[in-house]
Amino acid sequence: MAIIQTSDLQYTFAKGPDLFFPSFQAEENSELLILGNSGTGKTTLLHLLAGLRKPMAGEVVVNGVKLNSLGGASLDRFRGKNIGVVFQTSHFVQSLSVLDNILLAPYFSGNKVSKSDAEKMLDRLNILSKKNKKTSTLSVGEQQRVAIARALLNNPSLILADEPTSALDDENAKEVLNLLREQTHTLKAALLIVTHDNRLKEEVKQHIELKTPIR
Amino acid sequence: MKIIFIAWKNCWQKAGATGLTLLLLSFGVGIISMMLLLENQLNEKFNKNIKDIDFVLGAKGSPLQLILANVYHIDAPTGNIKVSEAQKIIKNKTVKEAIPLAYGDNYEGWRIVGTTPRYAEFYGVKLKEGKVFETPFEVTVGSYAAKELGLKLGQTFKSNHGLDKEGEEEEGHDQLFTVVGIYEASGTVIDRLILTPVESIWEVHDHGDHEESAHAGIVAAEEHDAEHSEEAHEHEEEHAHEEEHAHEEELEVTAYLLIKRLPMAPMILPQLVKNTNMQLALPAIEINRLNENFGIGMSVVKAVAILIMVISFLSVFISLFNALRERQYELAILRTLGGRRIQLFVLILLEGFFMVALGLIIGLVLSRVGITMLSDMAKDSFHDEFNAMIFLPQEYYLVGITLGLGVVASLLPALRAFFMDISKTLSND
Repeated sequence: MAIIQTSDLQYTFAKGPDLFFPSFQAEENSELLILGNSGTGKTTLLHLLAGLRKPMAGEVVVNGVKLNSLGGASLDRFRGKNIGVVFQTSHFVQSLSVLDNILLAPYFSGNKVSKSDAEKMLDRLNILSKKNKKTSTLSVGEQQRVAIARALLNNPSLILADEPTSALDDENAKEVLNLLREQTHTLKAALLIVTHDNRLKEEVKQHIELKTPIR
Repeated sequence: MKIIFIAWKNCWQKAGATGLTLLLLSFGVGIISMMLLLENQLNEKFNKNIKDIDFVLGAKGSPLQLILANVYHIDAPTGNIKVSEAQKIIKNKTVKEAIPLAYGDNYEGWRIVGTTPRYAEFYGVKLKEGKVFETPFEVTVGSYAAKELGLKLGQTFKSNHGLDKEGEEEEGHDQLFTVVGIYEASGTVIDRLILTPVESIWEVHDHGDHEESAHAGIVAAEEHDAEHSEEAHEHEEEHAHEEEHAHEEELEVTAYLLIKRLPMAPMILPQLVKNTNMQLALPAIEINRLNENFGIGMSVVKAVAILIMVISFLSVFISLFNALRERQYELAILRTLGGRRIQLFVLILLEGFFMVALGLIIGLVLSRVGITMLSDMAKDSFHDEFNAMIFLPQEYYLVGITLGLGVVASLLPALRAFFMDISKTLSND
């Protein structure tokens, strides 16, 4: 069974063109790159897939559950348990330490993850030594790792990443991609990366190109 | 980890940025709490000391001054009245009891009051040790005065003329007063007075007026003492006051505290005072008048404090609202992680609550510090003190209202967090 499956997704902003997205599906251990220039609705698509926004038409099915059928708190919970999202720039709760920040993921989704599991995750991403630091004291690369740790701590089956590498230099970009791939493999998840970063094109075989909509 | 933990952490994260809010809030709360404490204790002191005193008979002058000087012992007396002249009033059948008060001396700034043992009895003050004064130059000391002056049974001291400590040496008297007793603490004026028979004051000033050389003065005083004490003793026990006074026409006291026997006393007594240089003041009326004037001042201060609190609640509201704009990504991420709307709502509400609670606690501590400082000042000028370590029932209302308004001020920011469009917020990245 596919982890994620979409069909005929459409979204229209109040003052924007109609955005039609190609249908696709992704299996366990698969990687998919969604490419497109700005204005093609990359971020909108990612939000539709994560259930952060409701489509005007079409459907998103994650692990056999139609996101449309869920609402309010149950959708928030479902997303928390099944989908890990890594954003382009990382945002954290400023007042909390690195460890407490990633523990927010199990807390809000209602998953049971122990502190030592969280520390193991930080160790896997090589930032265990920073666990008691405030996130604002970390470098951009380190912050991105913390964001990945937070997205993966709930063992999601779908990992969505929004421009995870565009703010990073070549070396860090490669490392972040490798980390995401490794973890996807470990979790037997599906990895979807939304980006305009052409460096990733050579690394990931499967792509979908979003077209500029006609006004 | 709990929402409450995140809110607590966030509150401290912002404590620096919201310092002004905290400052305003704690000042508002502090001033109101201080006013409540002060008002409550002043009223208690005033009411306790009026007790059943219906009139104060004294020299003409400001009636309020007469009351303050003779009931509360915090102002200068209006002057003296002749004992002989006062007789027709205190002997009137509508008067149940008259307690004489004679001023003139102090010890280290603490007032020595010439009176009768009835004065302390009237307030229900009991002896802690020793006995009640009987003969001239015996004193029984109020608990607070004894503590502050370090007076012990059997100790002797010389008095200074007047009511203030300044007593230049030349004005000091040579007679030695002896401590024969110490009263128990009662919360009344007796606590801060040194009581002695009226005769002590008369004698001191008899000598004071014709002061000779110091050596001769001492001898003369001692001789006189011995004679007079026996005499006075007999009089106290066997004769009514007026008889004793009748012999010595020129004797003066500062005031008489009168307790009425019959309800028509207020109609009759003022007639008797007419055409004398005495006046009759009603403590209850004068203190009401004082409270009214005082009350206006208190109301102004309270109004200012309430204004400060209103501004501080606005400040709580604005700072939460601004913080919300800065932290919208943070909140959107919490939603992405599975946080529900209601959890964000509670989070913001708790942050506001903590901020207000913090200001409240600081304010209540500030007011205690303020009262302690004021008490030290009162100690210097009135030999009186305020208790800073009490919590009034009215303060529970202050706590309740402040916390309630804090929640109200956080409500709008919290609702905004509740209705936030996370996708839109994250897209503005």
